[in-house]
Amino acid sequence: MKKHGKFIVTLSVISIFLYSTTVFCLSDAFKNNIYNPGSLKPIDSILKVTVGDIAPDFSLPVVLGGRISLDQYRWKKNVVLSFVPAAWTPVCSDQWPGYNIVKDIFDKNDAILLGITVDNIPTLFAWTNQMGKLWFPVLSDFWPHGSVADRYGVLRSDGLSERAIFVIDKKGIIRYIGVNDINKRPRLEILVKELERLEK
Amino acid sequence: MVATVAIFLALFHYLAFGSNMPPVKGGELPEIKITVPQNATDKSYLGLESSRFFKIPQIKARVVIIEIFSMYCPYCQKEAPEINRLYSIIEGNPDLKDKIKLIGIGAGNSYFEVEVYKKKYNVPFPLFPDDDFSIHKCIGEVRTPYFLGVKINDDGTHRIFYSQLGKFKGAEPFLELMLQVSGLKLER
Repeated sequence: MKKHGKFIVTLSVISIFLYSTTVFCLSDAFKNNIYNPGSLKPIDSILKVTVGDIAPDFSLPVVLGGRISLDQYRWKKNVVLSFVPAAWTPVCSDQWPGYNIVKDIFDKNDAILLGITVDNIPTLFAWTNQMGKLWFPVLSDFWPHGSVADRYGVLRSDGLSERAIFVIDKKGIIRYIGVNDINKRPRLEILVKELERLEK
Repeated sequence: MVATVAIFLALFHYLAFGSNMPPVKGGELPEIKITVPQNATDKSYLGLESSRFFKIPQIKARVVIIEIFSMYCPYCQKEAPEINRLYSIIEGNPDLKDKIKLIGIGAGNSYFEVEVYKKKYNVPFPLFPDDDFSIHKCIGEVRTPYFLGVKINDDGTHRIFYSQLGKFKGAEPFLELMLQVSGLKLER
């Protein structure tokens, strides 16, 4: 009987492990083209910058052509960097489409949004097309792989980036860092609150 | 031993997923408690009494159409104006306005996010946040937009007459479909 009890407990633990899933809500816009990697380690990197630091400059290729450097916004615009882990994954596919309907909030706070992933341009092109027409540039940190993510300290050990937000003011100083649990979408209100604290 | 394992797994699967399948036509809604809106217009539209929570069959209507949406869903965003038009058509028809009510549930959306969506698309009907995905989980973690049609009977019982992912082909055809499959068309 004792042996039987142990067996049931073991079975319970295995079952809970097998059946536990990350909850996300996926738009039908992506049909069945989303790869679900399951629940990942929430955070798998160590930040290399902190609030108050000058944000490391970078120059990355943009999905719609050309390159963008962080420095080109200095003294002109507040900048939000939104790193998402990978194209064609559940939570990421449901993050930028939300930012796409709040351009007015970014405009009101004199801010530009730069979306960044470690995917290559063709992948990002196909993926972002499914989101409709995005008002903000999407940058590819593919090669050297994840170099910008690494300089900010948000490159994970598996080559993905964290789900992270950096708010940088017009002086180029980092005002907010949010490294979210990779399995969850960050709340929009947190970003909005940080934007509203910036000098316009 | 094999039988024990089989029974255990079947039981576990039922407990884990039994209530987590998308609602089926002819069935009942899972037990969903929603906070009564503070907004007087929404409260009056739904005919709700002043308590803290309500269940969907308590809405004063013959038919309730539920849209499971998300602020982050491109299709929901695209279809929002047409869903608003569905609301306007219903409200503009004296024969339907007290019989059919429309609500939206923002899967995984906070109150703030739902309000952003409501303001962005001028959504005239009540939208409710489902911040922790608890409602979304109850209804089988469906993709969005997902539509449910619920018929409320005079005795307070209810049944689901429509449960479908997407396929919103426009306000008029959707309303016609709702009238037909709910049986409201025959009652008119």
